Amino acid sequence: MAHISYRQALHDTLRSELQRDENVLLMGEEIGRFEGSYKITAGMLDEFGPKRVRDTPIAEEGFTGAAVGAAMLGLRPVVEIMTINFSLLALDQIMNHAAKIYGMFGGQCSVPMVIRTPGGGGQQLAATHSQNVELFYAFTPGLKVVAPSSPADAKALLLASIRDDDPVLFLENLALYNTKGEVPDTDEPGEIGRAAVTRTGSDITLVGYSRMAHVALQVAERLAADEGIEAEVVDLRSLRPLDRQTVVDSVKKTNCAVVLEDDWLTYGIGAELAASISDGAFDWLDAPVRRVAMAEVPLPYAKPLESAALPSADDVVTVIHQTLDAVGRRSDRVGAR
Amino acid sequence: MVDILMPRLSDTMEEGVVNAWRKQVGDEVKTGDTLVEIETDKAVMEHESYDDGVLAEIVVAEGGTAPIGSPIAKLRTADEPDEPASTPTQQPAGEPAGQPAGQSAARPTPQPARQPVASGSGPERVLSSPLARRDAREHGIDLSTVTGTGPGGRIIRADITRARDEQAPGDAGSPTPQAAVDTTPAAATAGTAPAPAVEDTDEVVPLSSIRRTIARRLTESKQAAPHFYVTKTVDADPLMTMRAELNERLVAAGRSKVSVNDIVVRAAAVVLGEHPDVNSSFTGDAIVRHGRVHVGVAVATESGLVVPVVRDAHGKSLTAIATESRELAGRARDRKLGPDEMTGSTFTVSNLGMYGIDHFTAVINPPEAAILAVGAVRSEPGVRDGQVAVVQRMTMTLSADHRAVDGAQAAEFVRDLTAVLEDPWLAVA
Amino acid sequence: MATTSRTRKRPESQQATGARRTRPKGRSGTDADTGAELLGHYRQMLLVRRFEERTAQAYTEAKIGGYCHLNLGEEATVVGLMAAVTERDYLFTNYRDHGYALVRGMDPGRVMAELYGRSDGVSRGWGGSMHLFDTEVRQLGGYGIVGGQLPLAAGAGLAISYRGGDEVVLCQMGDGTTNIGAFHESLNLAALWDLPVVFVVVNNQLGMGTTVEMASAEPELSKRAGAYRMESARVDGNDVLAVREAATKAVERARTEQKPYLLETVSGRLRGHSVVDPATYRDPAEVEEVRSQDPVTALHDHLVGTEVADADTLAELDAEIGGIVKAAVEFAENSPSPDPTSLFDHTYATPVPNDSRRLPADPLFPLDPTAGA
Repeated sequence: MAHISYRQALHDTLRSELQRDENVLLMGEEIGRFEGSYKITAGMLDEFGPKRVRDTPIAEEGFTGAAVGAAMLGLRPVVEIMTINFSLLALDQIMNHAAKIYGMFGGQCSVPMVIRTPGGGGQQLAATHSQNVELFYAFTPGLKVVAPSSPADAKALLLASIRDDDPVLFLENLALYNTKGEVPDTDEPGEIGRAAVTRTGSDITLVGYSRMAHVALQVAERLAADEGIEAEVVDLRSLRPLDRQTVVDSVKKTNCAVVLEDDWLTYGIGAELAASISDGAFDWLDAPVRRVAMAEVPLPYAKPLESAALPSADDVVTVIHQTLDAVGRRSDRVGAR
Repeated sequence: MVDILMPRLSDTMEEGVVNAWRKQVGDEVKTGDTLVEIETDKAVMEHESYDDGVLAEIVVAEGGTAPIGSPIAKLRTADEPDEPASTPTQQPAGEPAGQPAGQSAARPTPQPARQPVASGSGPERVLSSPLARRDAREHGIDLSTVTGTGPGGRIIRADITRARDEQAPGDAGSPTPQAAVDTTPAAATAGTAPAPAVEDTDEVVPLSSIRRTIARRLTESKQAAPHFYVTKTVDADPLMTMRAELNERLVAAGRSKVSVNDIVVRAAAVVLGEHPDVNSSFTGDAIVRHGRVHVGVAVATESGLVVPVVRDAHGKSLTAIATESRELAGRARDRKLGPDEMTGSTFTVSNLGMYGIDHFTAVINPPEAAILAVGAVRSEPGVRDGQVAVVQRMTMTLSADHRAVDGAQAAEFVRDLTAVLEDPWLAVA
Repeated sequence: MATTSRTRKRPESQQATGARRTRPKGRSGTDADTGAELLGHYRQMLLVRRFEERTAQAYTEAKIGGYCHLNLGEEATVVGLMAAVTERDYLFTNYRDHGYALVRGMDPGRVMAELYGRSDGVSRGWGGSMHLFDTEVRQLGGYGIVGGQLPLAAGAGLAISYRGGDEVVLCQMGDGTTNIGAFHESLNLAALWDLPVVFVVVNNQLGMGTTVEMASAEPELSKRAGAYRMESARVDGNDVLAVREAATKAVERARTEQKPYLLETVSGRLRGHSVVDPATYRDPAEVEEVRSQDPVTALHDHLVGTEVADADTLAELDAEIGGIVKAAVEFAENSPSPDPTSLFDHTYATPVPNDSRRLPADPLFPLDPTAGA
């Protein structure tokens, strides 16, 4: 076990995979000479050379598509797209090609590649640089989408993603890079497609992924300490495939749920979860499933506006309180204390 | 106009409580429609309409009591002229039973008995969560009778739980350990006593049907049957050893465990088969020695003590008794036992061991001739093989009706029961 | 290739058709070698011609669905390009891909079966006309999105370069593709990284109904190469030997020098953009001119005129090709449709838990809430 940051976990894992498998190469803007916009690839150009740590021109469609083509011939490229906003420039290659080639050609040729990209807002980067469009990829069969929230999962799922024969979109988050946690020393890949109950509780189910799974855990601990509310936290970890069963099993236990998402509410990932919960736990629901999501505006630059639009821990607490009130659970709890 | 009468829905009931109206004044009623839920002394039962018509008047409101055969509502049949309907005319709980319908001062438009009602066209819609609906379905609770406390008056699980508690007023919360309850018809009523002074800090809790019955039946038992008691402390080490060994194997086989009480019930049944003088009833002019052994198992429920019956217990295996007891107790707590599942026992076992009680005596459950009161298995210093050691013991007391059983018969029964419990493989043999 | 379990062996029948390693001896030459080569090319062009004509018929008979784009009028280009690459080289094309598949060596029956959407199709009925794919002949897909194949081809070149191989990637596209961003990004990457990719613009002078002049500020498309310091050439796409010669030069440069190349072939489109396009936007005189330059007819006349073959021999060849096409249709007709139970066979190469396998009306969870657990 090592107590390291999410960034360090990514860095160490990429490095060990480059050492392990000659077919693994890194591609992306500013990953080599500049050492990565967020320094995930620091030192790697020096260690592995320009053949395996390849700086690309600003050409997301071109280099992402090139990674797809290289993967078709058996390389295992790990592409870094500087932020998920820029992945939109490569949308055709990700959605129309990486996601389709295995199925559209009858399973003759797989595409073993990884696209690493951070989402997240809150850095005053304004509207085009603060989006969370992982939904586009989570929506697309043929892709796998993982969104780890802890350093340990970042390592385990990056190992799994690189060793997987399918294209994996690996969602990171700017706000998570400096968070720390225990990371096992072993190279045991995680399982794509499985959610985790990261905290057990009986009062309410909180569902999140990436940064919001982290927020959910923090909020749950705070509520337990302050109010005696025991929230169960489900960290989706994978957005595609989506582990609905784990979510539904939790809601069957708690009878109510709040879904946390960093994307916009309408048509968002929370909508899929709310619908799934209603499908799988209809008779166990004592209140509507609530969603905490970004305000539906292009995210503004000015800090007060930006803060108002982004879901915060306080927002989550408010919605949890409202939901517990709706099931008549909170007043009991507070009264008992 | 057709009178809807308080139905007789249990062999022992004399009066019933209107638990919930499934139809409201002004509702169209078809033959076979569930009209009302009646709480008898045993259970909450649905009562169907025998006629087509429109519910014209509710005479006994929810919570009200009425004797069998007295009107609780009026149904206007199709060939009768339309006339204004009345609202409930009787106050709920607290009124003497069997009052004729009073007069309504005013007759406003028909209105449902309970809140909440959502707006919207078509039939009235009760806001309720899916979970609350599921709970209500499982417990036979009519949502229209439940007050919702969720947003906008939505009925939530907590409301259903509360409604279930309220079905047994005065008995909510803690189970009441009690030796026995009635399971057969009886003639006597509870004796009168000076009324207690009621102060502001006191709470007056109306009697539920079950509580009323317990009071009456046990008064009758204690007054009519001369009780005497035979107590014996059993060496429980073998019993606990066997139980542990057996449960280990049962768990390994994916089956449910057996409890100490299950073993006692099984042992009592085996021994009762050899002691028909104890497995008997006093009828006034004869003693009936029962050929079959039906053991009642006292169960504390939120609304009072209930005694479901394990029939032919002497012919059932220990695990079968355990399974059946658990299933019966569960349904007893959910008030879902049928009347026939609570009558006909020939002997009762009451166990307060789970409360850590060392020893107690029980009131006989008529018309049985005896009841066994079982305490907790406790560890204490004792002599084993000439050495002082920690031993496990369990004390039990047989209450017997001296009209049917003599002291020696009771003692022989207890001796033989002790022998089985101290060599408990005999109980499973 | 990522999927490695398949054999690379070419079908026996195709071993004979190629004369790929033979360098052309010049356009006007009529010596025995060139004559035999030309006859071989004619045979392949005729196969493409007759196959596409039969495809158009099958489409009108509603045997073939979706979009269907034909190589009619491009036979010399197709055959000339395919004569320049070896069986170890890789091919990426756009959606107008039937001819390439046939000449590259896919079995005509399996190509037709793919157009029919049958289980014996080269893409197992999953791709259709636009998406012919066969790892055995290293044709890594026809692509329906204009420009989609260009970054992929660059990436295939990257993989070859990464491993130090000497294979070449040939990436075919239409003239309209030169205006899309992926064209620029891919050619830039290929030049920047010295990737062995030959980009071939098949300029049939029409992007659907839009002429090259309407769409491209520089209508001499090969000149785009200058922006990447890339070598390029522009040739007559109706002349099979000219195409073969230019393509061979481009391929050899890519192979030996690890440099990309831009080749433009100029030809005409005999039919509409797709089978269902009546092409009423075209000037009849222009159509007439394209017809007069029909490469199949031209080569036929050339072969007869230079006495490489007489008309009767060529008619016999045509009959033989007709038999092959007929057999292909019969094969397709008799091939079973894919079983709907195979619907979820190709979602992922690595199995994954919670992979959705529900059909449209399937519930996500048991309808009876008490069922399962």
